[in-house]
Amino acid sequence: MATVETSETAAHAVEGEGVRRRDFINIAAVAFAGVGAVAVLPTLINQMNPSADVLAAATTEVDLSAIKPGQAVKTIFRSQPLFVRNLTPKEIAEADAAPVASLRDPQTLEERTQAGKKNWLITMGVCTHLGCVPLGAGEGEVRGEFGGYFCPCHGSTYDTAARIRKGPAPKNLEVPVYKFTSDTAILVG
Amino acid sequence: MSFPWAEHYSPTHPLMKWVDDRLPLPRFVYNAVGAGYPVPRNLNYFWNFGVLSGVALTIQIVTGIILAMHYGSNAGVAFDSVEHIMRDVNGGWLLRYAHANGASFFFIVVYLHIFRGLFYGSYKAPREMVWLLGLVIFLLMMATAFMGYVLPWGQMSFWGAKVITGLFGAIPVVGEPIQTWLLGGFAPGNAALNRFFSLHFLLPFVIAAVIILHIWALHIPGSSNPTGVEVKGPQDTVPFHPYYTAKDGFGLGVFLIVYCLVLFFGPNALGHPDNYIPANPMSTPAHIVPEWYFWPFYAILRAFTFDFFFIPAKLLGVMAMFASILLLFVLPWLDTSPVRSGNYRPLFKKFFWLLVIDVLILGYCGGAPAAEPFVMISQVAAAYYFAHFLIILPIVSRIERPLPLPNSITASVLHQDSYEGEREALPGMGADTQPAQPGLAH
Repeated sequence: MATVETSETAAHAVEGEGVRRRDFINIAAVAFAGVGAVAVLPTLINQMNPSADVLAAATTEVDLSAIKPGQAVKTIFRSQPLFVRNLTPKEIAEADAAPVASLRDPQTLEERTQAGKKNWLITMGVCTHLGCVPLGAGEGEVRGEFGGYFCPCHGSTYDTAARIRKGPAPKNLEVPVYKFTSDTAILVG
Repeated sequence: MSFPWAEHYSPTHPLMKWVDDRLPLPRFVYNAVGAGYPVPRNLNYFWNFGVLSGVALTIQIVTGIILAMHYGSNAGVAFDSVEHIMRDVNGGWLLRYAHANGASFFFIVVYLHIFRGLFYGSYKAPREMVWLLGLVIFLLMMATAFMGYVLPWGQMSFWGAKVITGLFGAIPVVGEPIQTWLLGGFAPGNAALNRFFSLHFLLPFVIAAVIILHIWALHIPGSSNPTGVEVKGPQDTVPFHPYYTAKDGFGLGVFLIVYCLVLFFGPNALGHPDNYIPANPMSTPAHIVPEWYFWPFYAILRAFTFDFFFIPAKLLGVMAMFASILLLFVLPWLDTSPVRSGNYRPLFKKFFWLLVIDVLILGYCGGAPAAEPFVMISQVAAAYYFAHFLIILPIVSRIERPLPLPNSITASVLHQDSYEGEREALPGMGADTQPAQPGLAH
């Protein structure tokens, strides 16, 4: 075998500029194995992404009819706390009175609520500093000096538009994607 | 490789000869940690911590495999199954405490091992690869320990997982998808717990494999020693067995006594009481802290409270924390002094102890609440940590005038300073061996 191969390849080497058929087969085989190995990678990586049941629970419906002005509820959206708050006219006035330009994360209450629904403040209950759950949504909880939310971990204080006003958090409480399915219900996510 | 004067493995028993011809595993062990590995004769007790780290890993693997037989890695049952181990499984309390405290003791001996290497210049040529592989082991240990801490699914487990995976969320654009991908959900849940358990089981065996590479790389040049002077001949070495097996055995006894004291008299001293509260995504513990062995790095993470140009503070903290470890990978090329041992580097020695104090301060701040004065102290200490490696070490290497090195390990052992190195070593061997013991005279 070996002797036949050498004589054959020697003949080919002259015309093929040193590239033998065996070299081609080697490269083709290794390339094929490489492509095959790469082809299974997406599956191995993608299995780590949220599974269908986790994604199925990725939207939350909230009934707003029972929430009176001044009240808030704490519910769960994507395994994290979600604050739904019905602002009083006084709280809305306080939020509008804040000097927007001087805020750490400048946003108006209009930008953080939906048109015509300015009293419905829907935010994540996750402090943007290190992910703690701020106080203020539950009955009788401390709301901090700006009347919104107060994070007990490191003292971040949010106002009635859930904007960061004081303390270490860099951003306002996140407003998730949601839509009103009726006047008294929202679908978050 | 070994020195030419290493003792040779020569089995006498026919069975051992038979095995040696077919699979020379006993020969391999003999040459690696037996009489066939010549070691400098002057190693001090700081050289025990490599073996002690290996013992600590063994304790973790043995207790861990047993715990896995009783543990349920499902978010619904994980917390209860740990309490089941503590209360119902025969001797389960002992095994779990041994595992939880074993992790702390693993880090204690590894930190001492690392600082031994830093002081005696063990990372310098020709042992850079030993150092690099050691850092790989350290990173794997940190990942393993973090995922192990999540498994009991208490409050600290949950919020620790959230904060640490949240670090990846600080990366611009791709950060949040990466965090979701790591967790398999939008917050730590069943998916995260299961994958952490799977990886927590796997990684110790990867660590064991890298340890084999670490020892392999070490045995090419052979062990360093407290003088930093290379071995020059057979008079400078003794066989690993029985000399260092005995010395390591003594150190192991001391290690196990201290370990058992904590294990039996303060098994929760190094833990956090909040982790005995089941994980609750709706309520945050007032003060989230990682385990003590992460405190220096946690302090560096939290030291960044201000944005720098366009980089947000959170991302800066994450980058600094990773940089503080990755920096050690280039240490062999930052310290350019040809003298290895800190004993002969008067200026380096001072800065070494300053670094030790600095890391202890960082550790204290990392465990303290994120409030003043700790934030300011960690900022200064973190800045000093980076300055030590990036500014002080290169400059010290350049301007320092090292003390005269001994001519050889033997000369150093016999207390002949280099300037009197010409004196013959043999006659009398000094005062040490002279007086005959009275008991032997009779």
